Amino acid sequence: MLTAIVLCFAFALVFTLFGKHLRGRITYLTSLLPLSLFIYFLGLQNSLSSGGEFLSIYPWISSLGIDLSFRLDGLSQIFTLIITGIGFTVFLYAAEYLRGHPFLDRFYGYLLMFMGSMLGLVLSDNLITLFIFWELTSISSFFLIGFNHRDQKARKAALTALVITGGGGLFMLLGFVLMGMVAGTYSISEIVLMKSLFSDSIYLGLIVLALFAGAFTKSAQFPFHFWLPDAMRAPTPISTYLHSATMVKAGVYLLARFSPLFDGEIYWNEALILFGTITFIYGAAQSIFKTDLKAILAYTTIAALGIMVMLIGIGTSAAIYALLVFICVHALYKAGLFLVVGSIDKICGTRDITKIRGLRNTSVVLFVAALLAAISSAGLIPTIGYHGKHLIYSSVMESGAWGIGLLVLTIAASILLLCAGLLVGLKPFTGPVSPEVPLQKHTPPAMWITPLLLGLTGLGMGIFYRAPQELLFLPALESLHGGIVSKQMHLWSGTDTLFWLSWGTVLAGIILFVFFRPSHEYSKRDKKFKKFHSRYLLEQGVINVKRTFSFLTHVLQNGYLRYYTAVILTFLIVLISLRMYTGFENGYEFEFALDFTFNELATIIVMVVSILLAVFTTSRVVAVASLGGVGLCICLLFVYFSAPDLAMTQFTIDTLTVVLFVLLLKKLPLYLSKVDTGVNWRDLIISCTFGLLVTIITLEILFTGSVKEISNFYAENAYLLAKGKNVVNVILVDFRGVDTLIEITVLAVSGLGVFSLIRLKMGIDRER
Amino acid sequence: MTTLILRTASVYLMPLLLLFSVFILLRGHYLPGGGFVGGLIASIALVVYGYANGINQIKSFLRFHPGALIPTGVSLSLISGLLPMFAGKPFMTNLWLDGTYPIIGQPGTALIFDTGVYFVVVGTALTIIFSIAEDNEK
Repeated sequence: MLTAIVLCFAFALVFTLFGKHLRGRITYLTSLLPLSLFIYFLGLQNSLSSGGEFLSIYPWISSLGIDLSFRLDGLSQIFTLIITGIGFTVFLYAAEYLRGHPFLDRFYGYLLMFMGSMLGLVLSDNLITLFIFWELTSISSFFLIGFNHRDQKARKAALTALVITGGGGLFMLLGFVLMGMVAGTYSISEIVLMKSLFSDSIYLGLIVLALFAGAFTKSAQFPFHFWLPDAMRAPTPISTYLHSATMVKAGVYLLARFSPLFDGEIYWNEALILFGTITFIYGAAQSIFKTDLKAILAYTTIAALGIMVMLIGIGTSAAIYALLVFICVHALYKAGLFLVVGSIDKICGTRDITKIRGLRNTSVVLFVAALLAAISSAGLIPTIGYHGKHLIYSSVMESGAWGIGLLVLTIAASILLLCAGLLVGLKPFTGPVSPEVPLQKHTPPAMWITPLLLGLTGLGMGIFYRAPQELLFLPALESLHGGIVSKQMHLWSGTDTLFWLSWGTVLAGIILFVFFRPSHEYSKRDKKFKKFHSRYLLEQGVINVKRTFSFLTHVLQNGYLRYYTAVILTFLIVLISLRMYTGFENGYEFEFALDFTFNELATIIVMVVSILLAVFTTSRVVAVASLGGVGLCICLLFVYFSAPDLAMTQFTIDTLTVVLFVLLLKKLPLYLSKVDTGVNWRDLIISCTFGLLVTIITLEILFTGSVKEISNFYAENAYLLAKGKNVVNVILVDFRGVDTLIEITVLAVSGLGVFSLIRLKMGIDRER
Repeated sequence: MTTLILRTASVYLMPLLLLFSVFILLRGHYLPGGGFVGGLIASIALVVYGYANGINQIKSFLRFHPGALIPTGVSLSLISGLLPMFAGKPFMTNLWLDGTYPIIGQPGTALIFDTGVYFVVVGTALTIIFSIAEDNEK
C-alpha cells in the first residue's frame, strides 16, 4: 500500500520536473497509473470480502507514536476504488480537455500528488499521518483550483479553499492530539475500539467539536460551504475529481471512520443530523436557481454531502449502509455529469444553461452518457442511483423520533436534486438548436467515452446489484459498523410505501423540470442577502484582521532597534510577573553569596565599572569597548565556575560582536546624544526591572530540585547513551539534537535575511 | 586598516586558527569544544585575515561565496539525522562506528551533525560581516 502511495508521489515529482515532453497522445499513457492501481486494489477485494484486512506498518517517528501505518478495510476499499477508478477516467479525459496546454506537466504532477495524498488519507491507520495526507489534499487542491494562475478570481478561490479547509484541518489536528492523549495511541483501528474510554473522557465534547471543524470545512457543510462553488474556477476535470468525487468526501470519510466511536455520545448524532439537513436543503434549493452548469453541480454536490452527513448522524446500520452505497452512487453520476458539462463547455464555449439547447443532434453519445448520469441521479430504476435512493428513504423512515420530519425534508431535497440533475443532463440536449451550438464539430473520443463509461458502470451496478452488494458494500458495513441490515438492495420490493414515495419523487421532479425555466433573474435576487452570507462574514473578518495587524505593526515594528528591545523586554516582564504572581517560592539562603574568592570579587568590580562606564559615557567607541569588557568578565566568571564550553563560546562571540560594531561604527553618529531624559528614565526602569526578574528566576532555579534531576540525568547518561564525555556537547548534538537542527535553521534564515536586506539596500543605492 | 603588523601576523594566524577550529570541532564530544565554537573560531580566523588584507583577498582565497556554506551545513545536519532512518531507526538516532580514536573519541553521525553546525555558523557569520563590509566599501 505504501508502494501505491509512493508511486503517485514519485510520478508527481517526475512529471513536475521532467514533464515537458508530455504532449499529444503520450498524455493518455498517464492514465495507466490510476488504472493499474485500480486493478491492484480490485485484486485485493477477494480476500477483503471474506473478512480479511490488510495492515502494513513502516516505522517513522516511533518515539512519538507516529508511524506510516496503512490499513485497508471495507470503508477504505470503497474510497480507493473511487479514487483510482474515477481517477482513471479523469486522467484520460484531461489529456483531451487540456490538450496543448503549456502547463500540462504541472497539471499531472499536482493531480498525481493529490491522488497519492487522497489514497494516503483513506488508508492511514495513524491519526497524525492521516492529518498530514489530509492537509496535502488541501494543498494540492489549492494548486489545482489556481491552475489558471493568470485568472485573479481563480487565485482568490484557491486561497479561500485553502484557508477554509486548512483552517478546519488545524482544528482537527487539535482533536487528534486530544484523542491521542486520551487513548495513549494514535492508531485509528485501536482507538475506535475504546468507546467506553472516550465516553468517560472530559475531552469528549472538545474532540467531537474539533472533528466537526475538520470534516465540515472539508466536506463543505453549511456554513463553510461557499468555498466549493468558488472552486469551480478550476478546470472541469479537477472539479470532477477533487470537488465532487473524492476530496470533498474526505470529511464524510472521517466522520464515518469515527462513527462507531462517537455514535450515541453527547451531541454527535443531533449535530450531524442538524448540519447535514441544513446543508442539503440549502444546497438543493440553491442548485436549481443557478444558470452556470458547473454551479448547479456544485450546489447539488453540497446537498449530496449534506445527505451523507445526515446519514452518519442517524447512525443505524441501515443508514450507514445507505451511506456506503450513496458515496459510490454519487461519485459515479456526479463525475459523469461533470465530465459531460466539461465537454459541453468545450463544444459550445459556454456553460450558460439558458443559451445551450438542442445538442442532441450533434453529440449523440454525449447525450446518452448525460442521460445515464441524470437518471442515476434521479434514482430511476434500474440504475445504482435507484438503490441509493431507496436505501436512504428506508433508513430515514426508520430513524426514530425525527423520522417523518426528516423524510419530508429528504424527499423535498430529492425532488429539487432530481430537477437539477435533469437540468444538466437533459435540458442542454433537448429543444430547438440554439445559435451557440455549432452544427458540425468533431468531439475527441476521450471526451465522451469517459462519461459514458461512468454511466454504464452505474447502470451495470444497478442491474447486477448482487455482486457489489455481496462483495463490496456488505463487508464494508460489517467491518465498519459490525451490523447487518434487513433492507438490502432489491430491484423489486413490491408496492409498499417506499415504492410510492420513490415514484412520487420522480414524478414531482419531472413536473418541476417541465415547468421550471432557468433564468438569470434569480442570481440578482441573491445579491440582496449578501450581508447574511457566511462568505461576507469571513471576508469582513479577514479585512479587520488585516487592519488590526497593520495598526499593531506600525506601533510595534517601527524600525528602531531601541523600541524593539523595549517592547520585547516589557512583554517578558509582564509575562514573568504574571507567572510569579501565581507561583513564587521565596526563602532563599544567601550564604553561598558570601563565599567568593578574590579573583571573583575583582572580576565583578571590573564588570560593574565597565557597565557604569558604558551607561554614562558620551562616546560610542568607549561604550562599545566597555561592553566588550563586560563580556570578557562574564567569560572569566564562566571559567571560575568551570564551564569552559560557555567561556569559549562567549569569548568568540564577543570578539565577533566587536568586529561587527567596528564595521558599523562608520554608520552611527560618533557621540551618543542624550537629550530626552524621559526616554532615559523609561529605559532605566525597564532594564532594572528585567535585571531584577532575571535574578529572581536564577535564584528560583537554584533552589528548586527539578533542575538538578535533569542535569544529573544528562551527566549520567551522556557517556552511556551518547558515547560522549562532554555533556554540553552531547546535549547539543544528541539529547536535544532536533532543537539544534532548528536553531541552525533559524541562524541560516537570519544570515540570509541580513544578506538580502543589505543587497537590497545596495541595489537601491546604486539606482540613485 | 592595513597595518604591517596585523598583515604579517594574519598570514600566520589564519591557517593556525583554521586548524585550531577544526581541532575544536573534532574534540567536541569528549572535551570542551564542538561545532558552534569551532565555527566561530574559523570565522574569526577568516575575518582577521580579511581585515588585514582586504575583503577581496579573502574572497579570492575562499573561491566561493561564504553564503554557500549555509545550505551545505543545514543539509549536512539534516542528512546526518536522516541517515539512521535508512537503518530502520527513528530520526536523529545516533549511529556509531566501532573503536575510539584520539581527539575524536568514538566517531558517529553526531560528528557529521556537528560539522553541519560548524558550516552554518561560519557561513552565517561571514555572510553577515562581509555583506556589511562590502556595503561600507562603496
